Amino acid sequence: MNNGILEFVNVGKEYSGHAVLKGINMDVRPGEIHALIGENGAGKSTLMNILFGMPVIHSTGGFTGEVRIGGEDAKIMNPHDAMMQGIGMVHQEFMLIPGFTITENIKINREITKSSLMSKVFGKRMESLEHAAMATDARKALDTMGMDIEEYTKVHGLPVGHMQFVEIAREIDKTGIRFLVFDEPTAVLTESETEHLLNAIRKLAAQGIGIVFISHRLDEIIRLSDRVTILRDGEWVATEETKNITAAEIARLMVGRALTLDRAEGDRKVSDEKIMTVDNLRVNMPGEEVKGVTFDVHRGEILGIGGLAGQGKLGIANGLMGMYPVTGKVTFKGEPLDVMKTNETLKKGVAFLSEDRKGVGLLLQSSIEENIAFTAMEVHNKFLKKVGPFTLTDDKAIRENAEKMVKDLDIRCTSVTQNTGALSGGNQQKVCVGKALSLDPELLLVSEPTRGIDIGAKKLILDLLKDLAEKRGMTVIMTSSELAELRSICDRVLIICEGKVAGELSPFDSDEVYGLMMSGVSKEEAMKAAGAAQKKAGGEANG
Amino acid sequence: MNDMMKKLTGDSSFDLGNWVLDNIVTIIFWVFIILGMLTAKDLSLNGFFTELCNRFYRNAFLILSLIIPVIAGLGLNFGIVVGAIAGQLAIIAVRYWGINSELVGGTAFGGLGGLLLMFVIALPIAAIIGWLTGTLYNKTKGQEMIASLIVGYFGNGVYQFIVLFLIGAVIPVAAAHPMILYDGVGIRMSVDMGSTTYALDNLLQIPFVPFMIAAAAFVLLFVLWNQFIRKPKVEGQSYKMNPLKFWVYVILAAGVLAYFVMQLMTGGPMNDVRQVPVVLMLVIAALAIFNQWIMNTKLGQDFRSCGMNQTIAEANGINVDRTRVIATVISTVLAAWGMIIYLQNMGTLNTYTAHNNVGYFSVAAILVGGASVDKATIGQAVTGCLLFHAMFILSPEIGKAVFGQAALGEYFRTFMVYGVIGLSLGLYVWRANKRAKLAMPKEDEE
Repeated sequence: MNNGILEFVNVGKEYSGHAVLKGINMDVRPGEIHALIGENGAGKSTLMNILFGMPVIHSTGGFTGEVRIGGEDAKIMNPHDAMMQGIGMVHQEFMLIPGFTITENIKINREITKSSLMSKVFGKRMESLEHAAMATDARKALDTMGMDIEEYTKVHGLPVGHMQFVEIAREIDKTGIRFLVFDEPTAVLTESETEHLLNAIRKLAAQGIGIVFISHRLDEIIRLSDRVTILRDGEWVATEETKNITAAEIARLMVGRALTLDRAEGDRKVSDEKIMTVDNLRVNMPGEEVKGVTFDVHRGEILGIGGLAGQGKLGIANGLMGMYPVTGKVTFKGEPLDVMKTNETLKKGVAFLSEDRKGVGLLLQSSIEENIAFTAMEVHNKFLKKVGPFTLTDDKAIRENAEKMVKDLDIRCTSVTQNTGALSGGNQQKVCVGKALSLDPELLLVSEPTRGIDIGAKKLILDLLKDLAEKRGMTVIMTSSELAELRSICDRVLIICEGKVAGELSPFDSDEVYGLMMSGVSKEEAMKAAGAAQKKAGGEANG
Repeated sequence: MNDMMKKLTGDSSFDLGNWVLDNIVTIIFWVFIILGMLTAKDLSLNGFFTELCNRFYRNAFLILSLIIPVIAGLGLNFGIVVGAIAGQLAIIAVRYWGINSELVGGTAFGGLGGLLLMFVIALPIAAIIGWLTGTLYNKTKGQEMIASLIVGYFGNGVYQFIVLFLIGAVIPVAAAHPMILYDGVGIRMSVDMGSTTYALDNLLQIPFVPFMIAAAAFVLLFVLWNQFIRKPKVEGQSYKMNPLKFWVYVILAAGVLAYFVMQLMTGGPMNDVRQVPVVLMLVIAALAIFNQWIMNTKLGQDFRSCGMNQTIAEANGINVDRTRVIATVISTVLAAWGMIIYLQNMGTLNTYTAHNNVGYFSVAAILVGGASVDKATIGQAVTGCLLFHAMFILSPEIGKAVFGQAALGEYFRTFMVYGVIGLSLGLYVWRANKRAKLAMPKEDEE
């Protein structure tokens, strides 16, 4: 039955004129395990959204090119079509209902029912459930993967590894499943669970199901997959037989791009004084959990925090500002800092530029001057004057400060009374910087400062951050998904992987090392593998 | 203590502190009622039970109408007020025709037939209102409960506009009709239910004591059957209760059985308690069975899916919005019928005020039974109904006994109603926050 090859033919996608996928060609054969790898924004999710006919694709003008199954246009316009074509997905975040039993989860919206008098009158939804038949099906699906958990246990309280299998069981229970997509399936699993899962995937492939395996863990890709396709910036980079490629080569292909932002000078001198130490910090930020990171920050340096999305890099700054529940020890200027007391933290001289510029960072309906003064008023009682028993805002001081910031930071606006909502992304970010500077911070936490900002403005923001460190002696911790920008201004870069610090890199380390470390390879191994790859590349060039 | 409870319940994760916290509202009410029984010395037991039963028959249906929206994830539907309004509109229509007939000496639109006609007329009105309400809830996801409160107020406004102005001004009515205000526009303050009063209550009645004996015996036999004989439908699953629960049920049922047999033999005060309206009880039981049955259909499973997680339900192809609208429609229709049942027992419709407190009182009652924003069962609705009304009856008695003033007890009622709602909602949020803290990544996670 499963004789069709799944093909992406010249697939492209634009979101309002901005191309996120360009001419992707890829094919998945029945019974093959095909790994798909790329950085954030490389286009993996968009490609999968196209495969599943997600509304986000079709409500934004569809895509170009074709998805073919068995040589014919598959015409997948919505998730239901994808299901009918036998395409299934095992989600990264579990799509399971904790209060339901395993059976109920496997059979969700595909319950087995029998008609009754009421259903004949009021329609199919009034049919009663056949619990026994549902349980039998669920058992069968669990057995296929060699799972011996009882099908009537509630999902709530199962180990995550088991939840993953319930997800898979749901997909293989769907009749005629031909292709199965695994989106980062091992991200939350322990080593033994991972082993179990990889075996199950091999078993499924052996039954003729075509597998698309999305993962950032290079070692798993090497061990598991038959072929690997690498995407970068929405473009196809390479498809290789896995046995002909090494992890270091994959890492280089994944990261390696012409640096769009050049680093102007070499190493900067940074003082040895530790302005902040962080010990075993854990942050419960949904989707960006931090599971125990330890690091020091030196006065006057720019410390970069990088890593893939969902690995916890954003959780660090948010945790330090007490935006989510936190445990761990933090000291600032030698004194312990209770990070849950955000107001205290701000008072002591730490400021934060949130990655959620429009949600947390700015009051979009308010003017530039109000935005710039707002936090300083709350925290330091700046820009206030006493008139008798009343404390009033000092409009003159606010205006003067805002005008100074506009001039210093080169904020392009009609006047300081303009609403921030009307500004471009880059200028909004500058207003955020101005707001932070009004606090006179010694330490500035910046998250994703260039997200959603065009390339010209990016450079300005990065130069601005560099100036803050160099000219004002401010310490900056910058979190970013873009390695290139971290490497262009940071003195050191911490790579966060799976909620922990994978290692510390210099901005001058090679693409391979960065790529490997983001995939969870330790620094020593990454260095060794990268060294070997470079030697090999060098040898080839010489030979 | 805790270890003992663990052993008794056979649940190693049992925590007494958590259990008390989970059931704090119910516990407060039990304590209040027991204290009330002890302080209110001149309370007659048969009077208390007559009043309690009466209120139970009146309100149970309304309270049961709250269950489905809770399961479907809509929270506590204060919007049953608009259902009640639909019921009242049906009552007004049928009574208008009924009185017309009575004026010429007829009996049309009266009695049980009139009551059934009220049910029939209320159905489409409530269904349409329910559909509109449900659509609104879909537009206000996450704030359904606040929306439902506002729906109640808005519905009240529209209803008053209809009965105070449209009837007479736009809808032609006989100006001299006894239900119409003197100037020929609008309905009078109160509408007599006429021969539909007790139409359901009076159908078939049996004395209280034999009924209780039969009920207790049934519960006892059911519990025993359930524990020792019942075979689960799905292999491996078990219906067995934990030993503590089992023994509590057995002792309670046996105790009640023995007490009422004694009463029957000695001719005690329980023999004076109001007779049991069997048909009405059957109607209430039918609704309970309907609730249970619908949860075992595809639709019921979809309710549960939507209630537990809308995103996942949506991702699996369930039409979440439509499912939620259906849940609201069912709830609204049931509330309309519940209101008709309530008023046939009261005998008079207070045109402009009858529906006002339906939402608060029903919600408070189900909360007292141990329900919360995201879980509600038939048992909780029934227990809640009994406990809540026991408090209602006892409050003035306690006021009299403790302060020498019945009125103070009446104020206390109001305090209890809103206090219960506030406490339950507060605890619900507090528990949700606590869960978020517990979900912190563990120290030894490797």
